[in-house]
Amino acid sequence: MGPNLWINYGEAVAAILFCIGFTNLLLQTNLIKKIIGLNIMDSAIYLFLAEKGYIAGRTAPIVTDGVTNVEAYINPIPSGLVLTGIVVSVSVSALMLSLTIRLYIRYHSLDLDEIAAQLKKEGR
Amino acid sequence: MSKRKPAEEYHKTFAFHFFSWLRGEKDPYLGNVEMKPQKEYEPDPELHLRHEKEHDAILDKVYDMKHNRALGLFHRLYQATSILFCLFLMALLLVTISHLPATGAAVKPVNNEVAARYIESGLEETGAVNIVAGMILDYRAFDTLGESHVLFVATITVLIMLRLDKNKKGEPNPLTKDMNPNDRIYEPKNDAILQMVASFLVPIIIIFGIYIILNGHLGPGGGFSGGAVIGAGLILYLNAFGFGKTERFFTEKTYKWICFFSLSFYCLAKSYSFYTGANHLHSIIPKGTPGAILSSGLILPLNIAVGLVVACTMYAFYAMFRKGGF
Amino acid sequence: MTAFQIILMGLLIICAVSVSFSKNLLNSVLIYMSFSLVMSLLWICLESPDLAITEAAVGAGITSVLFFVTLKKIHAINVAEKEEEQKATQRNLPENGGKDE
Repeated sequence: MGPNLWINYGEAVAAILFCIGFTNLLLQTNLIKKIIGLNIMDSAIYLFLAEKGYIAGRTAPIVTDGVTNVEAYINPIPSGLVLTGIVVSVSVSALMLSLTIRLYIRYHSLDLDEIAAQLKKEGR
Repeated sequence: MSKRKPAEEYHKTFAFHFFSWLRGEKDPYLGNVEMKPQKEYEPDPELHLRHEKEHDAILDKVYDMKHNRALGLFHRLYQATSILFCLFLMALLLVTISHLPATGAAVKPVNNEVAARYIESGLEETGAVNIVAGMILDYRAFDTLGESHVLFVATITVLIMLRLDKNKKGEPNPLTKDMNPNDRIYEPKNDAILQMVASFLVPIIIIFGIYIILNGHLGPGGGFSGGAVIGAGLILYLNAFGFGKTERFFTEKTYKWICFFSLSFYCLAKSYSFYTGANHLHSIIPKGTPGAILSSGLILPLNIAVGLVVACTMYAFYAMFRKGGF
Repeated sequence: MTAFQIILMGLLIICAVSVSFSKNLLNSVLIYMSFSLVMSLLWICLESPDLAITEAAVGAGITSVLFFVTLKKIHAINVAEKEEEQKATQRNLPENGGKDE
């Protein structure tokens, strides 16, 4: 164990959230809950990135009073990366939800095990 | 030389029979074996049904997941293994995190010269007060272009998945014909409270979204968040007043043209900017004074383009989920 | 600010765990919505107002709305509609009775 676990509580929460989302993805049989688990994993990674860019005592990267000193602002790169990531995660979840709707129309079930059983019964 | 036999005698010999059978002139069983014309096969409908039922019952028994002991055991094993794996992963990540530099420390590998360059010369090079906007729409503009295309492609894919239109011959789409033809029937008709609230809120929401987009280079916000706010306002309007009202100004054609013009404008403008920048040519785009609304070169029009694409995409997702097409 | 951040992070973990343990799909979507809202508060604590606006509009707004429409499409909200759907299913496919949680 390293020395910084209690100081890095934000990253620790991100790791725990990632694992909760991953457990959801592995253990839930309901497709909607799987998608929510994937979204939680997304958010955990964004949280980790933002925590890495955060510097205590500095303000958001918006220039105030013409001060362009590195000492004044937090790191803007993780913010930019996460901003694009959030919007992409919406389109990913929309795509997965549309696939879920199609599966429900075909098999009348959201349970992945049941869908797999029906698939095997149909001999495919 | 053997003597030739007369014809009657020859007909009695084995050789004559053999050769005539060989030539196919004679069937040795004809007349010796009793033969009947075969009956035409008639499938028995009851028997057929019973066979099908038996087939289904066998399939039910084979794929009976609930009473299959081996499968149940495997399921338990799978659950235990995945929980163990997740705990292991969590422990691994936590150990890694405990060795990372402390949160909030100024000296970290992340805070390198790239971030310093963005902060120090971002204002004079891009003219944007908001350094994040200057970064994603000027230094890393092609990243954002790719992301807008991701949104566009996602819309197209959802359209393929959920489309309910008829084809040119008037036949329903074979993939989606089982779907509920239209969700409009579930709409609340003329819900007075919802309409009253929406008529107050929708203009405010949309104006707030436009403010966020236009102020993207001056404060927090930008194309993505403002577009999402405008999309949410449009969704509220659609819920309150129904598809009849929104189809007057937003159809598939509108979406197509808005996306086409926004994305191609983005691509052309940024290509010009990168071309002149890379070849040290004089760019005709003025930077303006930082802090004014008309400043920071291309960032404001690019924000507007991104905002249009995001707003249309959000509204299109909702419309396609509701009624399969828009 | 630190205590506030710790409270928010505890809320995040509680929301994430209770998503997996709630029986009702509508409840889990609502919990996910609150997860996004807590997340957008946390972005403000981490000095990224851009992310806060985007997360509030996109994560708590539009993703949840898409989830609700999906639940409506698969008849997980209204029980009467769902039973009707099940009857239609049993007429078409006698061997499976459209079961879902």
